[in-house]
Amino acid sequence: MTPKPNIDIHCPLSLSADDTIRMAHGGGGRLMQQLIHEIFLEAFSNSYLNALQDSAVLPTLDGRLAMTTDSYVVHPLFFPGGDIGSLAIHGTVNDLAMMGAIPLYVSAGFILEEGLSVDTLKHVVSSMANSAQACGVQIVCGDTKVVDRGKGDQIFINTTGLGIISPSCHIGPHHITPGDRIIVSGDVGRHGMAVLSVREGLTFSGDLASDSAPLHELVAELIEKGVSVHCLRDLTRGGLASALNELTTTAGVSMAINESHIPVSESVRGACEILGLDPLYVANEGRCVLFLPSGDVEKALSILKSHAISEHAAEIGEVLPLVSNHTPQVILQTSYKTHRVLDLLSGEQLPRIC
Amino acid sequence: MKYVDEFRDPNAVHVLSREIHRITRHPWTIMEVCGGQTHSIVRYGLDRLLPPAITLIHGPGCPVCVTPIELIDAACQLASLPEVIFCSFGDMLRVPGSHEDLLRVKAQGGDIRIIYSPLDAVGIAQSNPQSQIICFAVGFETTAPAQAMAVLQARRLHLSNFSLLVAHVLVPPAMKAILSSPENRVQGFLAAGHVCSVMGYEMYEPICLRYRVPIVVTGFEPVDILEGVQLVIAQLEEGRHKVDNQYARSVHRSGNLEARKVVDEVFESASRNWRGIGEIPESGLQLRQTFAEFDALRTFQDRIHLSSPANDLESECQSGRILQGIMQPSACSAFGTRCTPDHPLGAPMVSSEGACAAYYRYRHHEVGPGEQ
Repeated sequence: MTPKPNIDIHCPLSLSADDTIRMAHGGGGRLMQQLIHEIFLEAFSNSYLNALQDSAVLPTLDGRLAMTTDSYVVHPLFFPGGDIGSLAIHGTVNDLAMMGAIPLYVSAGFILEEGLSVDTLKHVVSSMANSAQACGVQIVCGDTKVVDRGKGDQIFINTTGLGIISPSCHIGPHHITPGDRIIVSGDVGRHGMAVLSVREGLTFSGDLASDSAPLHELVAELIEKGVSVHCLRDLTRGGLASALNELTTTAGVSMAINESHIPVSESVRGACEILGLDPLYVANEGRCVLFLPSGDVEKALSILKSHAISEHAAEIGEVLPLVSNHTPQVILQTSYKTHRVLDLLSGEQLPRIC
Repeated sequence: MKYVDEFRDPNAVHVLSREIHRITRHPWTIMEVCGGQTHSIVRYGLDRLLPPAITLIHGPGCPVCVTPIELIDAACQLASLPEVIFCSFGDMLRVPGSHEDLLRVKAQGGDIRIIYSPLDAVGIAQSNPQSQIICFAVGFETTAPAQAMAVLQARRLHLSNFSLLVAHVLVPPAMKAILSSPENRVQGFLAAGHVCSVMGYEMYEPICLRYRVPIVVTGFEPVDILEGVQLVIAQLEEGRHKVDNQYARSVHRSGNLEARKVVDEVFESASRNWRGIGEIPESGLQLRQTFAEFDALRTFQDRIHLSSPANDLESECQSGRILQGIMQPSACSAFGTRCTPDHPLGAPMVSSEGACAAYYRYRHHEVGPGEQ
């Protein structure tokens, strides 16, 4: 994908694409009204948002509510496989989907840096609107602030997501049981390496594009077809290794992972190899791990593999009971049948010297 | 992945492991020189595929670890100067100086950029003529040619805003220092393949003769390392001591002549203080007099205070003993308690090539698989 997708934007162009965002666009006056109407309402239009009230008033929902919030500060704004707008929707939808919720409503708070081009903002908002429509969610309330030039990084987006969970659905870390099998929904490390390669101007051979994608339909199908999903976790910052470590601690179990079963694409492996990074710690935006009873593995894999975004899904390990007096840990079996700990990193991975 | 997968092949690894078991008759202690090899060994558990009689100890080949504390302090001071853009490889940023590290200086407003090649720093100098660009020239012989190229390029472009903070170190003097130590346990070496791809291995031949140790130039993948171990053990069992080249796909006896020429043009050898170890004669590189205008320490000598060398030897950190193979990381009383990657006492706990970092990352809190 080209960095800036060529999207047709149907705006009455009194706010010219050549314009830049000024402090007055966040000042509460006429310019802010123009921004809201010509960019945000135009793209996100729905009856809840269009009412322009202090709160979106939503209909009664039948079921437990799932609510999540996230902030998006990705640099660059546009990268192979997505942009900050689509990422904000996919990330929010995925956080809801990981609880088995059907995503319904999203709020969007924009922090814009003075000097941002209106054209860039339109591309991001349009991409966000398209992603929301594709995911079946509505952006029902929002906020815009403008900060002085140099005090932001073009666009920051904060979202809240609201979804509904059916009464029979019980998914979460506390349902993880020793003996559960662990599945990863696809090859790992694409998003982090795609963003890094654009940000740092590194050119790698191969198709290094972000995996950013919504996972809620996948989850819904698994549940609908009777797969007994005990827990789901989307693999974002910190990658697969960090997600597994967080879950061992929350669930009070250990995990055994077979390194050679973890899918990693050739392009991600190559880029990680050159930079000295471990793909197991690299960010993803369209991947999750699933915990389920061994009897459901075959069915789950067959459903996952029928979707393009999870065609490389693989069983990678199993949940172990915690040995008394020991810290929960993730144990990795290498290709050589040796074992090592897969630990949390102290900070982010830094490219090595040689 | 081509050129990598064949050197990670589990079958080849197990064949080599069996062969090592077959030929080993006596206990031997072998040092892998390079921190990259250490990480491969610990990450893949290669030491656990060896007979109990074979002990692998980890060498000084982690440039981040041996960079003296006074140069880290100088780096932090230089990076704090308002007119300076300080360029460094990523894994130097977490290394603790006397008071702070570069990540902290960055958080306080220092303009610090992670680069992937010293030539990137030359590009930054071109596009920021109003700033002073300092590149932290860290590493063994492997990275020296790229730093030398950056200096030559800067001269060609008539850049007056580019300089190096030189901390380069050389492998052979460190190997001699280890072998000369009364505490030495090393009976054979896996030499660092990347260093030899630049420098070749002629300079190891006199070391083999003088100290009667086998040295095998070795790569970094599991098959490389086990093959290197096998070649060292074969020599030890047969009482031979010469240089073997396991890494022949990258290394020639004379190395990369072009790269050596460039290094020789820009740098000359000098004594260098090694963090935790102390001064080793002729073990570092410094800019030749003809390139003195690219020496950041000279350009900014009035702006920074260079602390006296070797003031870290009193520290609780045992990095010197670790880097010389006298102590294993897990034997250090501070390991995993008072010294962790979040609160390191020394560089080996935070460097991506540091032995302590490898043990912490891959073996800390380890419960044997049999216990699970």
